[in-house]
Amino acid sequence: MKNATAFQEKTLTQIDTKWRFVHWRSAILYLLPSMILFSVFLFYPLGKTLYLSFFLTDQQGVANVFVGWENYQYILQAESFHKSIKATLLFVLYTVPTGILISLFLALLANEKLKGVGFFRTIYSSTMGVSVAASAVVWLFIFHPSMGILNQLIASVGGTSIDWLLHPDWALVSVAVTTIWMNIGFSFLIILGGLQNVDEHLYESAKISGAGYFYQLRRITIPMLSPTLFFVVTVSLINAFQTFGQVDILTQGGPSESTNLIVYSIYREAFVNYQFGTASAQSIFLFLCILIVTILQFKFGERKVHYQ
Amino acid sequence: MYSVELINVDKTYDNKQLVVKDVNITIQSGEFFVLVGPSGCGKSTLLRMIAGLEGISAGTLRIDGKKANHLPPSKRELSMVFQNYALYPHMTVEDNITFGLDVKKIRKKEQRKKCNDIAEMLGLTEYLKRKPRHLSGGQRQRVALARAIITNSPICLMDEPLSNLDAKLRAHMRAEIRELQRKLGITLIYVTHDQVEAMTMGDRIMVLNEGEIQQVGKPIDVYNSPANPFVAKFIGSPPMNLTTGLVNREKHHITLQDQLSIPIDPMVLNNIENNKVIVGIRPENIEISSANSQANLSFEVKIDHLEILGTETLIKFKWNNSDWYAKWHGQWNIDVGQSLQLQLDKDSLCIYDEHTEKLIVKPSNIQKQNVREGII
Ligand SMILES: Nc1ncnc2c1ncn2[C@@H]1O[C@H](COP(=O)(O)OP(=O)(O)OP(=O)(O)O)[C@@H](O)[C@H]1O
Ligand SMILES: [Mg+2]
Repeated sequence: MKNATAFQEKTLTQIDTKWRFVHWRSAILYLLPSMILFSVFLFYPLGKTLYLSFFLTDQQGVANVFVGWENYQYILQAESFHKSIKATLLFVLYTVPTGILISLFLALLANEKLKGVGFFRTIYSSTMGVSVAASAVVWLFIFHPSMGILNQLIASVGGTSIDWLLHPDWALVSVAVTTIWMNIGFSFLIILGGLQNVDEHLYESAKISGAGYFYQLRRITIPMLSPTLFFVVTVSLINAFQTFGQVDILTQGGPSESTNLIVYSIYREAFVNYQFGTASAQSIFLFLCILIVTILQFKFGERKVHYQ
Repeated sequence: MYSVELINVDKTYDNKQLVVKDVNITIQSGEFFVLVGPSGCGKSTLLRMIAGLEGISAGTLRIDGKKANHLPPSKRELSMVFQNYALYPHMTVEDNITFGLDVKKIRKKEQRKKCNDIAEMLGLTEYLKRKPRHLSGGQRQRVALARAIITNSPICLMDEPLSNLDAKLRAHMRAEIRELQRKLGITLIYVTHDQVEAMTMGDRIMVLNEGEIQQVGKPIDVYNSPANPFVAKFIGSPPMNLTTGLVNREKHHITLQDQLSIPIDPMVLNNIENNKVIVGIRPENIEISSANSQANLSFEVKIDHLEILGTETLIKFKWNNSDWYAKWHGQWNIDVGQSLQLQLDKDSLCIYDEHTEKLIVKPSNIQKQNVREGII
């Protein structure tokens, strides 16, 4: 009798381990494609960047001399990097809140049940379909000092024209305006989707209670939209920190480094000055910044978010 | 407490088809009024027009005697319970209940007091701090009720509030809502497609089909003498058995399927214009034929199906190609496939004109048992 139960137990555990192995194997197989993709395009570059940030490199980017934290010390003391950080923070401040407020406003408008509202929805979301390069070139024309429509407008009302992209005080604003315009399509579409997910009955019930438009907006729409807004804010923040294309086309980081955002600065450090070590250190610094901001956001922002 | 009056009200969504057709009804103040009908007949549409969530295409709506066609929902002094409750998912139960008071900028202290009173009345005190998603269906339903009654609106509208609940809870909530309405004395307009709810809750019920009123009256009157074959089929479970009959004017009777002949009073016969009629009988009025029965009203059938429900037995059989039901008190030992001799109770028949579908003859032996006080 005792033997029999022991035998049973033994086979049971055997079967158990066998099954566990089979489960593991199939789980790994399912994960394999994304693991390969992530490794090749994410983990390997990340590791390599971290590695390079501790070395002095030659022109080909081959690590020559191990220098420890020196690259980090150098960038943290360099004035141009300070400027770059300041410009990036200002840029984030200019683009993220404004962009989201405008998108929210447009989405609220486009969510009304009116005739022909589909036309406006298409228009508002259309910047999503325009590439960074194309829209930057369009704005290059708009900002042109003499032929640009912006200065012509100002001139026609009798103002003095502004060197949008060439003046250190205006260049960052101009790039920010371009970026806001480009990002509106995406934010608008996501927020509109969020708005349409809100149960119509909630508004009907509020209407019967006598709630006005802004009361409904404050107590129903915004709370119900909070997961969507949270997502949009996160994505916009990360995007703003990583802005590159429009800077490259509109200003190349100038004038006098006023638009030298971090990613652009990294690019110049690595591929213009061939300083792969300090460029890698800057990248790691940027990575940590975005990580910290995102963690903070999840920690403090998510409390206010209502998930269904 | 306000009355609600609908005068020649029409509704169309697409300017082609009328979803609500020429509805005329006055709902008394303090009345429990039930709107019942099959799915898609326009019940919700009618209710939403009263609430002001849907425009009125034609006709007049009066609330408390005053024309209210273009009044915004908030000015109609009513509350509404939606079918899916429409609770605000991001607010606690307490905030949900006090929403209507908060809109009216009533002081927080007073809000809390009223909320506690109502929560106590509906047994929600423990749940005030929870979010709706952490409540059971019945509790959510009660929150919706609490939200509706806290504003003390003289009119309350409910759109199938019990349809998401299980049968037992539904029976419980039926009584609870009815009691609440009596206690508060509000005018309650209640939409349902469940005829048990209609029968048991309403002071009066209105049967609607394809946007048209079929019958308005006390539930028991609607049950006993349905105004047309549609109502006869819709109210009552199982439905009334219907068949066609031919009027024989010389012999003063109506023949059913060449088998049965029902004697008819010559006086009544004069009222029948059409020679073709529809004859209906409730399942409980079909009896087992006894030896001394009138032969002309009995017929033999084969039993197809049998349900013994404890207090009553339900029998299904085919008669002239349609399914008929009989319902008898008690538990009957009958085999499926067995043949039985049945008979119709000739005083319990409803007779309709086949063409106009109007009720010509009502049942004459409606059994009402009265109990005098103090005797039981
Ligand atoms: N917004 C709308 N636009 C167009 N047609 C509608 C609209 N709302 C309802 N209808 C139509 O009006 C008719 C009545 O709908 P209603 O919702 O009033 O039915 P109901 O009696 O409440 O049915 P149920 O018991 O299924 O809720 C249906 O044929 C429906 O298709
Ligand atoms: Mg409905």
